[in-house]
Amino acid sequence: MRPVLYVLSFLALIALGFWAYRENYATQSALKEVESLQRQIVGLREALSVQRAEWAYLNRPDRLRDLATVNFDRLGLLPMEPSQFGSAAQVAYPRQSLPAIDFPVDIQGETPSEEGL
Amino acid sequence: MRTPLRPLARILQAREDGLNPDQIEKENLRLRHEAQREKSRSRAEFRLLILCVSFVCAFGAIGARMGLMAATDPVEPRARAPGAEILAQRADITDRNGRILATNMTTHALYAHPKVMVDPKGTARKLAEIFPDLDPAALERRFTDGRSFVWIKKVLSPEQMQLVHEIGDPGLLFGPREMRLYPNGTLAAHVLGGTSFGAEGVHSAEVIGTAGVEKALDARLRDPAQAGKPLTLSLDLGVQATVEEVLYAGMTMLNAKGAAAILMDARTGEIIALASLPNFDPNDRPNPLVDPKAEPGDSPLFNRAVQGVYELGSTFKIFATAQAMELGLVGPETLVDANAPMQWGRHKIKEFEGKNYGPLLSVTDVIAKSSNVGTAHIALMIGPLRQQAFLKSLGFFEPTPVELVEAPGARPLIPKKWPEIVTITTSYGHGMSASPMHLAAAYAAIANGGVMIKPTLLKREGPTTGVRVMSETTAMESVKMLRRVVTEGTASLGEVPGYEVAGKTGTADKPKKSGGYYDDKVINTFASVFPASNPQYVLIVTLDEPMDTTLSEARRTAGWTAVPVASEIIRRVAPLMGLRPKLEPPATDAVTAASN
Repeated sequence: MRPVLYVLSFLALIALGFWAYRENYATQSALKEVESLQRQIVGLREALSVQRAEWAYLNRPDRLRDLATVNFDRLGLLPMEPSQFGSAAQVAYPRQSLPAIDFPVDIQGETPSEEGL
Repeated sequence: MRTPLRPLARILQAREDGLNPDQIEKENLRLRHEAQREKSRSRAEFRLLILCVSFVCAFGAIGARMGLMAATDPVEPRARAPGAEILAQRADITDRNGRILATNMTTHALYAHPKVMVDPKGTARKLAEIFPDLDPAALERRFTDGRSFVWIKKVLSPEQMQLVHEIGDPGLLFGPREMRLYPNGTLAAHVLGGTSFGAEGVHSAEVIGTAGVEKALDARLRDPAQAGKPLTLSLDLGVQATVEEVLYAGMTMLNAKGAAAILMDARTGEIIALASLPNFDPNDRPNPLVDPKAEPGDSPLFNRAVQGVYELGSTFKIFATAQAMELGLVGPETLVDANAPMQWGRHKIKEFEGKNYGPLLSVTDVIAKSSNVGTAHIALMIGPLRQQAFLKSLGFFEPTPVELVEAPGARPLIPKKWPEIVTITTSYGHGMSASPMHLAAAYAAIANGGVMIKPTLLKREGPTTGVRVMSETTAMESVKMLRRVVTEGTASLGEVPGYEVAGKTGTADKPKKSGGYYDDKVINTFASVFPASNPQYVLIVTLDEPMDTTLSEARRTAGWTAVPVASEIIRRVAPLMGLRPKLEPPATDAVTAASN
């Protein structure tokens, strides 16, 4: 009995050692991946902030004003005026489409049946 | 296996020999005790050894770990979830809608290690080709005089960096730099101010604010805990751009030297737009003037809206009438003496162009016609002490609390003594100087139903509270009087259909440095509130030395200069802020008599 136990525990030791070895390497590679992902995230964020800055630069009011002037023929944009405010009453109701008259059926009432009386 | 104490064989033997068998027992007992003692001693020794070894191991491990930690370089924890990284050392600045006003960009600085340089002469020449502002001879001298470190450029563009790479000299090195970027150029330049580099190292450099909000809130912007959160200002980018555009057009048309405008939300004290012309580009901030004879106002860096302490002229009259009404001395229709010119001691108080609106004028007409004499009589009713207290409560004795580094320095100029003649001149805005920002805050108190609210450049959340400086009725009556100025008084050009502009003009002669006043140099101000029936916004427009030459004679009164500019600003800006024009009641269908 005892030798079997020895052999088994020795095998278990080898198995645990193997498991620990693999876990160690798996952790290392996961950490490496995290690092590279973080580097990527930082790079992307940097790119994002540059793009935000560029968006702000391209949308600066001076440039938009000049573009609106240059493209006036196509866009016809003018500064907003007080007269452009409308009221809700000025909005027309959508025209209600009436149901088509195709099958005129008039129901005027039914004669009560004999049982009901 | 236990040895018996009295082994039978030895006992019998002893008996035969006539010895005492008890001796044998005693001997055996002694031996047994000795064996037991030996055993327990060795066990105790073993335990002590184990204890000793474990202590040594434990302390050894701790000591080794401590030594290791002390000896190794610090490392960032690697298995940390991303999210809170600080990308930039300085927080962004945005307008109230989140549009970027200031942000950061990563660029590079160029430095050199001349000791490892292969070809200092050729490198200096090629660098001077890339950067025309560098002198090749000076560079070469610095590369060859034996120093081991030289800064060449603080900030490079990516193209320039590539060109420097192409020189390919191992002695040229790049250090990462964070650069402050203002994508909107000159827009809101005086609010933003600017930045510069503080302490510089090879791997990084400090970015510190040099003016405006950047300096006033430097600690908040550089706080690492809030680096990810942009600073939200109360400015509205679109409104600010429009105000600057209209103001610039007005300034050039009226040949003014400078101009300033403040648009403020009267309810919250938030400044929606703040413009001062001429302006500058905060990306490339000009140097302050060094000429000792130059006036500060000549520099584009000068913020007229906040730093420009001027005599604000007749715009002050409303404070005198409001206080008199608050004290119950007069009502809007009370008639006051307005017989011009008024003689007070050796001073003569005159009206504009020597007119006489008198002999009697109602308080409303005193404001509408801007009568100096009428205001002077009202101010005399109030008296110097009460007048001072009221102006103090409106904030005219202290610098404004706006979040600009220039604001605390702009202290109003107040007469040292306050005799009755000062009471008279102050009532129509002479003899005492304040900035347009002070005027905006005081007019906001009138527009806000008599509650004084601190002006701010930061977006406010939630309701704002302030100190009540006059009753709601007085405030309402004052706004009505201001409305009369536009409908039938000096500011008739200020009418914007639908927005019920109410305001007061002010024309003040510029004081000479040598004393006295210039005849042909004025500061024109129009302080307005709109819409009059439910005041929401305050707009102050100030023009420095304007002149209207559209007609035959040159006009320098505010009604002809500042008022049209202000009305155009309101016409353009009010729709942008979502303010609906109030429609005039439609004319009732009139029956026209007609005969065939």
